[in-house]
Amino acid sequence: MEHIRTTKVELVKLIDRFSTSNKSLTGTLYLTATHLLFIDANQKETWILHHHIAAVEKLALTTSGCPLVIQCKNFRVVHFSVPRERDCHDIYNSLLQLSRSASYEELYAFSYNPNQNESKRLQGWQLIDLAEEYRRMGVQNSNWQLSDANRDYKVCETYPRELYVPRAVSKPIIVGSSKFRSKGRFPVLSYYHRDKEAAICRCSQPLSGFSARCLEDEHMLQAISKANPAHHYMYVMDTRPKLNAMANRAAGKGYENEDNYANIRFQFVGIENIHVMRSSLQKLLEVSGTKALSVNNFLSGLENSGWLRHIKALLDAAVFLAKAIAIENATVLVHCSDGWDRTSQVCSLGALLLDSYYRTIKGFMVLIEKDWISFGHKFSDRCGQLDGDPKEISPVFTQFLEGVWHLTEQFPQAFEYNEALLLQIHEHVHSCQFGNFLGNCQKEREELKLKEKTYSLWPFLLDEQEKYLNPLYNPNFSQKLAFLEPNTVSFNFKFWRNMYHQFDRTMHPRQSVFNLIMTMNEQNKKLEEDFKELEAKLKERTRQSETLLTKEPLQSVHPASPALKSSPGFKKEQPLLPMNDSNRTIEGSNTADNRYSEYMEELSKAEPAIVSLEYGVARMTC
Amino acid sequence: MEFAELIKIAKVENVQLSCPGLLPVKGTLCITSHHLLLSSQPGGNGEQGMVELWLLLRNIDAVEKRVASSSGSITLKCKDLKVLQLEIPGMEECLNISRSIEALSSVESVMMMYPFFYRPQSMKLKDGWQLYPLQHYYQQIATETTAWRLSCVNGEFTVCPSYPAAVIVPTAVDDNTLKKAARFHQGGRFPILSYYHKKNGTVLLRSSQPLIGPNRKRCPEDEQLLSAALNRGERGFIIDTRSAQAAKQARMMGGGTESKSSYPCWRRLHGPLERGRPLQESFIKLVEACNDTSLSMDRWLSKLESSKWLAHLKGALSTACLAAQCMEREEACVLVHGAEGTDTTLLVTALAQVILDPECRTLTGFQGLLEREWIKAGHPFHFRCARSAYSHARLKQEAPIFLLFLDCVWQLGRQFPFSLEFNEHLLLVLFEHTYASSYGTFLCNSEKERCLCEVKEKTHSLWSWLNQPSQQKKHLNPLYTYNALVIWPSVEPQSLQLWQGLFLRWIRSSQYLDEAWAEIQRLVTSCEDAPEESAGDRQCHSQPDAAHPHRQTQLGNAG
Repeated sequence: MEHIRTTKVELVKLIDRFSTSNKSLTGTLYLTATHLLFIDANQKETWILHHHIAAVEKLALTTSGCPLVIQCKNFRVVHFSVPRERDCHDIYNSLLQLSRSASYEELYAFSYNPNQNESKRLQGWQLIDLAEEYRRMGVQNSNWQLSDANRDYKVCETYPRELYVPRAVSKPIIVGSSKFRSKGRFPVLSYYHRDKEAAICRCSQPLSGFSARCLEDEHMLQAISKANPAHHYMYVMDTRPKLNAMANRAAGKGYENEDNYANIRFQFVGIENIHVMRSSLQKLLEVSGTKALSVNNFLSGLENSGWLRHIKALLDAAVFLAKAIAIENATVLVHCSDGWDRTSQVCSLGALLLDSYYRTIKGFMVLIEKDWISFGHKFSDRCGQLDGDPKEISPVFTQFLEGVWHLTEQFPQAFEYNEALLLQIHEHVHSCQFGNFLGNCQKEREELKLKEKTYSLWPFLLDEQEKYLNPLYNPNFSQKLAFLEPNTVSFNFKFWRNMYHQFDRTMHPRQSVFNLIMTMNEQNKKLEEDFKELEAKLKERTRQSETLLTKEPLQSVHPASPALKSSPGFKKEQPLLPMNDSNRTIEGSNTADNRYSEYMEELSKAEPAIVSLEYGVARMTC
Repeated sequence: MEFAELIKIAKVENVQLSCPGLLPVKGTLCITSHHLLLSSQPGGNGEQGMVELWLLLRNIDAVEKRVASSSGSITLKCKDLKVLQLEIPGMEECLNISRSIEALSSVESVMMMYPFFYRPQSMKLKDGWQLYPLQHYYQQIATETTAWRLSCVNGEFTVCPSYPAAVIVPTAVDDNTLKKAARFHQGGRFPILSYYHKKNGTVLLRSSQPLIGPNRKRCPEDEQLLSAALNRGERGFIIDTRSAQAAKQARMMGGGTESKSSYPCWRRLHGPLERGRPLQESFIKLVEACNDTSLSMDRWLSKLESSKWLAHLKGALSTACLAAQCMEREEACVLVHGAEGTDTTLLVTALAQVILDPECRTLTGFQGLLEREWIKAGHPFHFRCARSAYSHARLKQEAPIFLLFLDCVWQLGRQFPFSLEFNEHLLLVLFEHTYASSYGTFLCNSEKERCLCEVKEKTHSLWSWLNQPSQQKKHLNPLYTYNALVIWPSVEPQSLQLWQGLFLRWIRSSQYLDEAWAEIQRLVTSCEDAPEESAGDRQCHSQPDAAHPHRQTQLGNAG
């Protein structure tokens, strides 16, 4: 609280960031320990979590006040105008402090209290059990086993304690291989395909330089290859562009030399590094945030940002991986540099294409828990949870979610979850409200005692899973397919408006098919339940008065019978039947935010306004 | 001319047909006066041959042939954007087929076209031609106001050759004044009523540009006509679909735009829209980009951008919204014109009506709108849709302005998925039929030409086919509910989408999307039936009936 100097400022304007006429809402701004809150004249509340703030900017003073622009990690951008510069300055300074925590203990997760009892909280943490997940995949088995080499995080600090490796691999091999890999991240099992007996393995780059070799590492790869009984070769996918991998050789790192490893097929897939991705997103947001954006500037900006090119590279890599396993029955070892960014992306997307379990809500949580959280994707650094090196921040996980979204667009019936789940997970990866994504690796999480001090996100999502269900989901969809093979021709990739403009409601479709179907489904379900209830009651009654049933069996089924009308089951039905109109009326249709014409506005500047068009776009004088 | 002279070879055996997404088939290729047919070879055990291809020759936009010594292949690029490949044994046969197709598909004379020969047994000539007479539309207006009358000044098509025989004009203006005003407008297209907004009594007018010329000519009758459209003290907007500069420059060629001094009650706005050749080129570029599946992401985005198609969409939607906004929010009358008043003008007026008026969003209302605002209004379909995106012929007057309109309507449907009674399929059918059709509805450039060619007597109407219950069912949107509100779309670039269902229709498989759509349809229909099946309560189903009369009846038809 020591950072908060001003807790309340009145007559603050919230400016529509796309309006060319600076249309605004006036209200009061409150600063709390965890949130910034704006309540406008219509009592509409805008809450901004301090942890969500990516950047605060104070612009040059204008006649109407001091502008303050806040950019959030969930892509909300708010533009305030504060009447007094002093207040603006205070808020600016407070937010700078509050949005940059110096230590984990200051994060919201440690103070967040959803009023849940302790046993439920603990149960929540047990919801996702990775040991159970490996059992589901079919390991351990005759070829793969659980290794205790990293039980005390001695071999690799950023890996989890439980790791699965080929049975043929002994501890010295593991230790030797880990010494030959960046950050000690030696090859381990990420996903096992039961039917094909092929595996996805992951690691970091080898420290091969120009000529170095490591017999243990070579042995390790051979063991992985042999753990697939049907096959004589395995793929090694280096997810980096070839040039980057070659440059790493000069630093004593690099990639596998095909001559030194028996029976490997080496493949580069060309996904760019975190710095390229960070600046790509930066460019994308600059373009999409432009006022009065023309179609051509949007498309050329989209092209220049390279964003969709990167997303396509990701999916192309995942398709390559899935094909190797599903069609060639070959095991694939995936790595990048440190094996926690691109490797996580490609392994998880590949598994998503191969295994329909990951396309269920629970399975998706397991996938994130496995390939991202447990294998040490550096959430803290990549999301900038603490005040640290801005060069470590990168939208790697956001890209993964976008890859998943593109798949849901191409296969509308293959996923149990919908876009809302992806958006909600994205929200909480950055919110620091739950313990799951805090820290950079499991070891760090244990040290922070997250399971004792914070809540897990997953049970909360499951509790409200109705919201995240895809009404079109068909559990049998993938049965006829070996794997989900998306079409990755460029024209299939689209700007993800609902992510990058999720708070810019005026840009969204005004009616939602998904919501409608969900409401209908809900109503159907309710009706069916009520029907069953009625049926049960009816049986009860007929038992009581058998004569009635035998005489008029059909009539008695009709709830029109006066006896049933009074039953509580019937009463419940009534409000359910009319369609939910709120989904069908049009949001935004009467808000004055559609900017149809700029030139009208320009005209208006030259002449005194007599009549002003409500949309704030046009004025006229005659 | 006899068709037989153009058919160099009527039949070739062992021709292989292939098109993307389907297995190649072999069969006998036949050319008739209007069709290209391919029937697969009958199987050995008395199995009948199947007709694999039944293509209207008029649909063929470009024929590309490659011949080797003993065989040849022909690529047929169709106006509906489909691409077919024929492998023909024998060089001579290949050349003859391609010559025949080229000759038959480019027959110019309207009366030689297929609609004049098409005689389906289930339909009667003359049906459907009188479905949407202007008189009906006028009667609706007449119940609201007496300020407008139906004039037959153009009964002989002498005042304006591209207008229909009857037009709606201010009651206060007599036919003589109209005739004089017509002389002051390009092509005689004097200002007439396009749409009456019942909610507030404002009107949408359209015309062609006034012939002001370099000497700033005036025409008192035209000024009288326009002021008669306004009530005393009212002000109106003129939306010129050209830029201010282009409108000014048009004076040098004898055209121009209304000046403030001569038309003091009208305020001029500009919503510059592209038409003619730039629009056709935009269409060609877009189709080219969509057909190249090898493009890298950067090349694709850059080609999508340089096609400018989405920019044209944004422009058209914005200008239509501007017109709608003037009427709905400002409660002012609006006159729309560009130069000829037969292209962008109609795009804006028709689109504004879809946005403003729930009636235009029903299946029949939309057909009525097309009939009134495109066909009778004299959009030169024959010129504009002579060639599509693949043609190598020198461009003449082709422009996909109507396609742009359909795309805009599709965008509205994406943003308001419950507000249009018809679905994407109807828009696709309309697109196909403007370029090649068995029906006469989109033939010719104007009502005058249709009269001369006796189109209404000698061809079938597309509407009577579309309104057959079996067809109607395919074109209804199961999610539709009557929505009385104005549907204001978002026109931000982030909100506009490439119409994949049209531009990628033949390029990528839409199997999973189609299945998902079928599932939506199934869910909605089963939900409608749910009360009957599960609760079986009379009192309960009377409720949704009352709350959603439209929805119920509409789905009743569909089911």
